[in-house]
Amino acid sequence: MSERYSAFSLARHALTGAPWPELWRKAEPRKGYDVVIVGGGGHGLATAYYLAANHGIRNVAVIERSVIGSGNVGRNTTLVRSNYQLDGNTQFFEFSLKLWEGLSHALNYNVMLSQRGQVVLAHGPGQLDALARKGNTMLLNGIEAELLDRAQLMRLLPYLDYSPRTRFPIYGGLLQRRAGTVRHDAVAWGYARAADRLGVDIIENCEVTGFTQDGGRVTGVRTTRGEIRAERTAISVAGHSSQVAALAGLRLPVESHLLQAFVTEPLKPLVDHVISFGAELFYISQSDRGGLVFGGHIDGFNNYTQRGQFPKVQTVAECAVALMPAISRLRVLRHWGGIQDMTPDGSPFIGRTPLDNLYLNAGWCYQGFKATPATGWCFAQTLAHGEEHPLIRPFSLDRFAHGDGLDEYGLGNWTWKQ
Amino acid sequence: MLIIHCPNCGERHYTEFRYGGDANRKRPAHGSGGLAEWHDHVFVFDNPKGAHREYWQHVLGCRDWLVLERDTATNTPGVVRLARDEVAQR
Repeated sequence: MSERYSAFSLARHALTGAPWPELWRKAEPRKGYDVVIVGGGGHGLATAYYLAANHGIRNVAVIERSVIGSGNVGRNTTLVRSNYQLDGNTQFFEFSLKLWEGLSHALNYNVMLSQRGQVVLAHGPGQLDALARKGNTMLLNGIEAELLDRAQLMRLLPYLDYSPRTRFPIYGGLLQRRAGTVRHDAVAWGYARAADRLGVDIIENCEVTGFTQDGGRVTGVRTTRGEIRAERTAISVAGHSSQVAALAGLRLPVESHLLQAFVTEPLKPLVDHVISFGAELFYISQSDRGGLVFGGHIDGFNNYTQRGQFPKVQTVAECAVALMPAISRLRVLRHWGGIQDMTPDGSPFIGRTPLDNLYLNAGWCYQGFKATPATGWCFAQTLAHGEEHPLIRPFSLDRFAHGDGLDEYGLGNWTWKQ
Repeated sequence: MLIIHCPNCGERHYTEFRYGGDANRKRPAHGSGGLAEWHDHVFVFDNPKGAHREYWQHVLGCRDWLVLERDTATNTPGVVRLARDEVAQR
């Protein structure tokens, strides 16, 4: 088991040269657990941690097909924020942001939260009105928000294009100062280490090939390393949610789509906020190493390739240069893709399924990373009590049948346009 | 780059097309089916990893609707036919 990190332990290792212990054990699957979580991403690990830390349920296994950190928890663009408009989203993501603010201490692991502030830009008076409305929604929910006019933005973000000839003139923006970035690998490692310290088995290189059922009740999983019994089973995989759910005979309102992300060569500190372009889906921030990290829209048709199409690279580069002409000669250092669950209303599904003892966490679209702590917290409570945490009730799997779709951007029933 | 072989216009980049989703979904006949059937038709996806039949409209070309077979695991395009020919054969 790994030791507690402190100034004392740092000094001891520095002086004695003693090797640091591994962050988590290489666990072998046992015959049965109270809870088996399929998927060792950020959400699965967070769920395991909160099951152990909040509910005393430590007989838990997290089963990962590959290795920890190889999926979307290591592929996202690391943004955290809670500037949402619709009831359900606003409260959930604010709860998540509050958990992010205390996470390094809770996990005894520095996740490098940087609350540098996020600015969403408006390129016309109507868009600025919409941002004002969103800001008011946030204020009514006790979340700080500041509406900035053009002159204030020119002082705050002087490197954007304010020239009179720009195609999308900047009218103003909405600033959330508590938003920012988190080191995403540290989130996976920190949750894995903290869960392991509480007794959770993290089983890597173990693929689930089926579910064992008794009547309409799920009793465990079949894996490439044998059968594992479970009182309760949770699916938390992302990208392949439809495939894993199909093993239990379920069809989901989920389609798998590819999202690309980019990082440039490092440069000196320039972008000291997270900036979201308002004329197209594009956002940019600067990593601690100096690279500009940015991303855009999904490729637009369902696929599992983890390899993006070039036209999206072009669109994203056009957005970057439209917003910040100064970076036009910067070279892209790395560029990658991840497969995300897209849903008909852009919102996720967390909670019970039609099968007893089978629980689902899927459909996170663009928002999975920032939701990690709150999902873990609420999903763990749901697994512990057999009933959904109040904050995730708007994310039920059967909401469309009741007319309760939660379409934050009002885009309609198109997975590839959400 | 996904390249679609339009029966009218030849090989074109996918950016000339508008994606139209799964072509295997069949709408229940009007006046038939319960809530569950319509719900599944509108909101639920097969989302296969592998062979997928899907609609594309050649909006920057002949504007015909096509049905493309594509492997979603590799994006390898397969047979393309005009959607109206597909419908005529049903």
